Amino acid sequence: MNRLDALRGSTPQKPHDARAIAALAANPGCTRRALLDGAGIDKDAAARHLGFPAPFGQSPFAITRGNAFESLVKADGCAELLRMLRELLGLPIAEVAYHDVENVGAHLRHAHTRALFDRAARDGDDAGTVYDHPLLSLRIAGHTAYLEPDVVAFQLGGRFHIVEIKSFAVIDGQADPAAVAAAARQAAVYVLALRRMLAELGHDPLRVAHDVVLVCPENFANRPVATLVDVRRQLGVLERQLTRMTALDRLLDGLPEELTFDLMPGEDGLPTRPAAELADALRRATARYAPDCLSTCDLCFFCRDEARQEGATDLLGRHVRDELGGVGSVGEALGLADGTRAPGEGQEEIARLLRNAERLRRECLA
Amino acid sequence: MSLLTSLARLRALDEGIAQPIATVRHCHLSARPMVFVPLKLSGEAAAPLAAVLGTDRDRPHLLVVTQPRNRDLRFAWAAELAGVLLPYVEGFLSDTETVERRNADPYERALDAPQLLVPNTAGIAFTRLLGRSTRFRRPDGPYPVPETVPLLGRWLTYFGERAAFPGSSLMLAATEELGRHWASGQSGLEDANLAALLGWITEGPADDAEDPLIWPPAGPATDPGFDAEVLAPAIESGSAERITEALRTQLEPTWRLMWQAVDLLAGLPEGASVAQRWEQDRGSFSGMAAQIAEGAPPQARRDGAVAAASRLARMERAQAAYEVQRAYDDPLVMAEYRLTGEAFAGEVVETDPAHAEGEGRSRKLRPLVVVKTDDPVRLAPGTALGTPQRRGQGAELVSAGDGLVTIKITKGMGRGRTPTPGAVPEVGERVCYSSLTDDFQGSATLPEAEATPWTHGGPPSAYVPTDDDAQEEWS
Repeated sequence: MNRLDALRGSTPQKPHDARAIAALAANPGCTRRALLDGAGIDKDAAARHLGFPAPFGQSPFAITRGNAFESLVKADGCAELLRMLRELLGLPIAEVAYHDVENVGAHLRHAHTRALFDRAARDGDDAGTVYDHPLLSLRIAGHTAYLEPDVVAFQLGGRFHIVEIKSFAVIDGQADPAAVAAAARQAAVYVLALRRMLAELGHDPLRVAHDVVLVCPENFANRPVATLVDVRRQLGVLERQLTRMTALDRLLDGLPEELTFDLMPGEDGLPTRPAAELADALRRATARYAPDCLSTCDLCFFCRDEARQEGATDLLGRHVRDELGGVGSVGEALGLADGTRAPGEGQEEIARLLRNAERLRRECLA
Repeated sequence: MSLLTSLARLRALDEGIAQPIATVRHCHLSARPMVFVPLKLSGEAAAPLAAVLGTDRDRPHLLVVTQPRNRDLRFAWAAELAGVLLPYVEGFLSDTETVERRNADPYERALDAPQLLVPNTAGIAFTRLLGRSTRFRRPDGPYPVPETVPLLGRWLTYFGERAAFPGSSLMLAATEELGRHWASGQSGLEDANLAALLGWITEGPADDAEDPLIWPPAGPATDPGFDAEVLAPAIESGSAERITEALRTQLEPTWRLMWQAVDLLAGLPEGASVAQRWEQDRGSFSGMAAQIAEGAPPQARRDGAVAAASRLARMERAQAAYEVQRAYDDPLVMAEYRLTGEAFAGEVVETDPAHAEGEGRSRKLRPLVVVKTDDPVRLAPGTALGTPQRRGQGAELVSAGDGLVTIKITKGMGRGRTPTPGAVPEVGERVCYSSLTDDFQGSATLPEAEATPWTHGGPPSAYVPTDDDAQEEWS
């Protein structure tokens, strides 16, 4: 049994999705998250069991709306989508094929997707094809994740385009920047996965366009509108972070052999492992908490609680942490400001600034 | 955010209570603000669900779309909202003053203006979208709406856009304003939660603030758990009463928090420049009312090139002026500049009030003042200085070193051979000088909209209201 499997123990593996990978790249320094994700542990279940349930949930209204919009776009063999793609990418009007990869059954989907894309790239098919429900894969730190883009479009001239269907609205040509950024990060994961697949098959990976097609409802209606979004920057970040992400083996080397994050699910699937024991095990792997985790990681409340107990300046956000130039704890920073603590080596400058700031605050609030 | 604020956050975390980062209030607070807490249906761009609003904390108006998916009810809700908001807004139009202008005709400016208070910045964004989805509607034609709805849309759009204008107080988000005056011991991200931020300011942090069962989110998004467990079954049941009661539980706690925020802000003395900025708000408000009265079309979907450039320039000037005014009004804000060496404060140790430069006719009075300071001064000789203690005065740095700064006063000390009494600080007086000055910046010269060059898309086509706009789907 390899060590990642040992970390997971008897807990069923939770597959990665593109959102998780995109979030992983957002905080590459977090050993705890890298190990939990690498081993495929259900962080949501773990957080719940620890008494720190994740603060996210999706409203049934949002889910209904999202599903309704996606089925509207994909209805009748993606008719609506094809119409938009024709305009946006210049797909030929005649002979646009629709290929639903899902028809072959889940276990074969990845192999089937691979074969289909290989053929398309080789033959240079002279018509546009839209592939629904393809299944891609991506190696993340020595571990294979399977990914499901909404649609992949293959176009005359031999370029592949990732199509991402989202239900946030584009109003007068503008959408919520945070939502667009998240969609772009997610789409970049698909572009990378597809590029790697083509490279493995001996094709030019750059045949996957860095422009992804984002399909959203327009204004306040349900009518979809397609926009090209350039994800080159997100791709760059993702690739850099994935290569920089310390190989899991090296992270594991520093940890005791017997360490496991096993939730020991009982017959009903609920964890039976004592929560305190699980918490102790998790604390062995260092986390790198930042307030951004609150919107991306299931374990955020657990790690925030830990940061509070340690009095870590991480709690106040990256900005404050950076401004304090490496002073990691609240007590240390306040000690430097009060002058009750002598600055360590390299801390002279920040200590001087903090003392000055403290003097000014006292003077103004007196 | 500066190191000073970071230090305040650290202190707040250590002491378990928020720390002040301002000594005066930097926003105008109306005697009769309109508190507005809107909720929207999850997953939709701008589908209203409910709102609680009013100017009296004991008499909130609760407006509910009892069947959120029904388009007609949505417009009926917008009409109800207009029924509360429009009389409030229009009530400020009758009392005006005549303002004389150089090179232009005098105009009428309202003596007071409306003020909309929402819980957070998402509330401002939603208000703007609500305005966008209603301002193009028409009371006649194929899909008629009550005639107050398009008017409401134009006002909501105006308030939403004005909220982005630095220093404006016509529409404020409670979390933003509280965060400008107090530093909590949590991150800026967490400060967006009104209950959590108020907790830090009043009693210290409590985990309750993040529990949606105790403190429902302050909107406009509702708690997903509430949507699933309470709202969805209520909508399913079709009972208007049940939906109304469900939404009341989500809005009432925030209503109370909003008035608590108003009280906290009201407890701070108003900054010296606040009235001046509010005057600009009153002028802007009167201008908008005049446009509506003249029958101008609703605000465009997007600004044309010239309008966008001029808006940006105005906002940049307002931002610069706002920063200077805040520092001049508030020693704690000025302290940020003292920390970076752009300002200094201290005691006057020596003066030479009769010092002059030049001879004969070109002789100019240039009183010298020496200030002893502990601040790290990083200003070069010759830098122009201003001082909060004597706003009209101009000075110039002569030399700085060893905790002593010599300055000469160049403006605002009178025209005589000796300075006007009081113009030159006395020995022993505490003074503060800064390179931050509120110099008037002329506006950039922009062409008329009709003369927009082709590089910027050429002259924009005039907006002609169409049936398509008026009947745009609102699903």
